[in-house]
Amino acid sequence: MPELLLEDPDATSRLARRIAPHLRAGDVLELHGGLGAGKSHFARAVIAARLAPLGRHEDIPSPTYTLVQTYDLGGIELWHADLYRLGDPDEIAELGLSEAFETAIVLVEWASRLGPEAPSRALSLSLDFAPGDAEGRLLRIEPRGGGWDWLAGVLGGAKGAA
Amino acid sequence: MAQTRIILGIESSCDDTAAALLRAEPGRPVGEILAAEVFGQESLHAAFGGVVPEIAARAHAERIDVVTEAALARSGLTLADVDAIGVTAGPGLIGGVLAGVMFAKGLAAARGLPLWGINHLAGHALTPRLVEPIEFPYLMLLVSGGHCQFLAVEAADRFRRLGGTIDDAPGEAFDKVAKLLGLPQPGGPAVEAEAGEGDPARFALPRPLLDRPGCDLSFSGLKTAVRRACDRLVAEQGGLTRADRADLCAGFQAAVVETLAEKTRRACAAFAADHGPRCLAVAGGVAANAAIRAALRTVAEEQGFGWSAPPLRLCTDNGAMIAWAAAERMALEGPDDLTLSARPRWPLDREAAPLLGSGRKGAKA
Repeated sequence: MPELLLEDPDATSRLARRIAPHLRAGDVLELHGGLGAGKSHFARAVIAARLAPLGRHEDIPSPTYTLVQTYDLGGIELWHADLYRLGDPDEIAELGLSEAFETAIVLVEWASRLGPEAPSRALSLSLDFAPGDAEGRLLRIEPRGGGWDWLAGVLGGAKGAA
Repeated sequence: MAQTRIILGIESSCDDTAAALLRAEPGRPVGEILAAEVFGQESLHAAFGGVVPEIAARAHAERIDVVTEAALARSGLTLADVDAIGVTAGPGLIGGVLAGVMFAKGLAAARGLPLWGINHLAGHALTPRLVEPIEFPYLMLLVSGGHCQFLAVEAADRFRRLGGTIDDAPGEAFDKVAKLLGLPQPGGPAVEAEAGEGDPARFALPRPLLDRPGCDLSFSGLKTAVRRACDRLVAEQGGLTRADRADLCAGFQAAVVETLAEKTRRACAAFAADHGPRCLAVAGGVAANAAIRAALRTVAEEQGFGWSAPPLRLCTDNGAMIAWAAAERMALEGPDDLTLSARPRWPLDREAAPLLGSGRKGAKA
C-alpha cells in the first residue's frame, strides 16, 4: 500500500476521524513509529471520534505509565494500550490484551513489542516524519487478515481531501 | 476533640505496591506516618524503556499482603490496632487497582474494619495537609509522570480543575527526552543534571500554548521538537557531542520551566479571583526538579501565595497519602460498603471540561 502524506496534525486527526466509525469489536490498530511520530495524536483522535457521538468529551490520558486505558463505548470497549514500557510479550496476556483483541477495539502503540502475541488480523499503521522540517508525517497502512474492505474508501477520501 | 485513628493505607494503581500506617485525627491536619513501605520503585527506575516486570495484577496481588505485613512490622503494630482502611480504588491500571481493592475488602470484612475507597489523585492532592497545617481552599499543582493539573482544592471531596495538560504530562516528556538522548532513567534527574551544564538559549524550542489564554498545558509537541533538533544534529554531524546533549537538555528544561511558571501565574490569578491568594502546593515527582521548584516558588511569592511542597517520598505513589485521604473523608462521610469497585477512570472534577485529547491543537514541532 502506498504511503500517505499527512501534512500536519490536523490531517492526521481527519484521517483518524474517518477510520474511527468503521472499527468493530475484534479490530486491532497497531501503531508503529518512533518518539514524536504522532502515534498518540492519532489514537487520541480515534478515541475522541468514538466518544463524541455518545455525547462524551473525556480526557484521553497517555497510557505510557498505566499501559492500558479503557473506554466503555456502550456495548463495546475500546482499549488504548502503550507497550513502550513492556518487557516481555508474556505480559500481553496478563494485561488482558490477548482477550481484548477478540472482544474489543484495540489501539496499540509500540505494537512491535507484541512479538509472537501479535493478532493474526490487524491494521498496521506506521508513522514517520516526512522529509524536511515541516510538520508532515508519512503514513503507511498495511491491513493483515480480512475485513478491512472499507479501508479503500476511507483512503480514497483522504487523498481527495488532501 | 475527635479521637485519633490508626489508618492502614493501600496503594497499587500503577507500578508500585505500597502500604502505610498513619495516625491521624479525621479532617484535621497533620498526620503522623508510623510506617510506609513501597515495593517496586527500584525495578521501575532501572527499567523504563526496558523491562517493567511489575505491571500485572498478579505482581500486585503477590506483594500486597507482604508489603502490608512489612508496614505493620515496621510500625510495631498489629491488625488489632488498626481502626480503618483506605485503599486506592482508581484511577489507574485496572488489574493493579483491583488487586488492592480485593485485598482491602477481604481485610475489612475479616477484621470488621470500615473501608474507604480513595481516588488516587485525591491522595496526591490532599498530601500537603498530611505534612503541614494548611486550610482549605488551596491551589494545587499536581505534576508527575502521568499527571499535570491545576486544582482548586476546596474541601477533601471538592476539587475544581483550573487547567492541565491537553496531552502528555511533563514527567513523561522528561523520561522520553532522556531516552532520546541516551540518558538513564528516570529521566528527570538525568536531564536536570545535563541541563545544568548546557546553554538553554542555543536551541529554539517551543513554549507550548503560552500564546493562548488560560492555564492549559501541552508537552507532547515539545518532546517532538527535541527529537527533531536531535535528528538534525545527527544528520549534519553524524551524532551528538556532550555539549549538544547538555544544550538540548537545558533548552528543554527551560521551556518546561517557563511554561509551567507562566501557567502557574495564571492559575494563581484564576484561583485568587474566587478565593484570594492562599497557598500554592506543588506535588508530584516533577516538583523535585530544582529549576522548576525555584521558578514555581518565585511565582507563588510574586502572587502573594504561601508555598508548600511535600517531600518527594510523599509525592511519588505511596500508602500514607491514601491513609491520609481516608482520614479526610472520614470527617465528611461514612465508609464505603463491600460493593466498592475498582474504577480505571475516575476524574477528580466531574464538572470540568476535558482537556486531554480534546482535539485542541498541541504544540507545533
